[in-house]
Amino acid sequence: MSQSGWTDKRPMSPHVSVWRWHVTMLGSILHRMTGVSNYIGAMLVVGWLFAAASGPETYGRFEAVAGSMPGRIVLFGFTLGVVYHAMSGLRHLVWDTGHGLTPKVASAVGTLIIILAIAATVAIWLVAGLVPGLAIFGGG
Amino acid sequence: MSDSIRTPLGKVRGLGTAREGAHHFIVQRVSAIALLILVPWFLVSLLVAVRGGYGGAVAWIAQPLNAVLILMSVGAALYHMRIGMQVVVEDYIAKPVGKAALLILNTFIPVLLFAAAAFAVMKIAG
Repeated sequence: MSQSGWTDKRPMSPHVSVWRWHVTMLGSILHRMTGVSNYIGAMLVVGWLFAAASGPETYGRFEAVAGSMPGRIVLFGFTLGVVYHAMSGLRHLVWDTGHGLTPKVASAVGTLIIILAIAATVAIWLVAGLVPGLAIFGGG
Repeated sequence: MSDSIRTPLGKVRGLGTAREGAHHFIVQRVSAIALLILVPWFLVSLLVAVRGGYGGAVAWIAQPLNAVLILMSVGAALYHMRIGMQVVVEDYIAKPVGKAALLILNTFIPVLLFAAAAFAVMKIAG
């Protein structure tokens, strides 16, 4: 500290290289990653609205791309990203109240959220009938 | 406006946010709370609507309450993601010109997307 020339008295986050790998670190990285992927997903949602406003022909083309296997993979990833980011965000709101911050609880909740997000996304896709082979986007 | 959010003690000590951090912290969370309410509705209704193909999608968007809630969902999401991406850019992009360019782009993209969404919903529902 005395030799670093750092004079700011405010607390500083430790550098990434001094962190040991642990689940709350993974949760933090996933929260940021899904935030960025949801940014791209929002473009898809607006694209869908715009396709609907452009008429049946354009909408049909959007449906075909969204219903294709690559399209489904992207949409599954987007669903997972939204579900994880929402659950993780709720955890952040709880943390803001000062609760759930002990290492034991934070690690348990961090693991639980990752499992729950995957389970909830699979459940949403099963209920919505979006799994491969089943109908998507009005295909039946 | 943003300065008034700082606590008197924080001002006296001269610590805490250098500019608008407190305001940013709060609006990120307020929009998060809005999204926790709006997104589950949006996701479930959307998945039902798309099963009806073009007709089903347009019928869903055209309902007045749906139209309002769709634009609220999209608006809250675009606002939340804009201020979130701002932090990502500030954290990882050190060069001033690149940072400024990305921050400007990060304003243009959500505004463009909201204009497109508002036009689309109002054209269908109008």
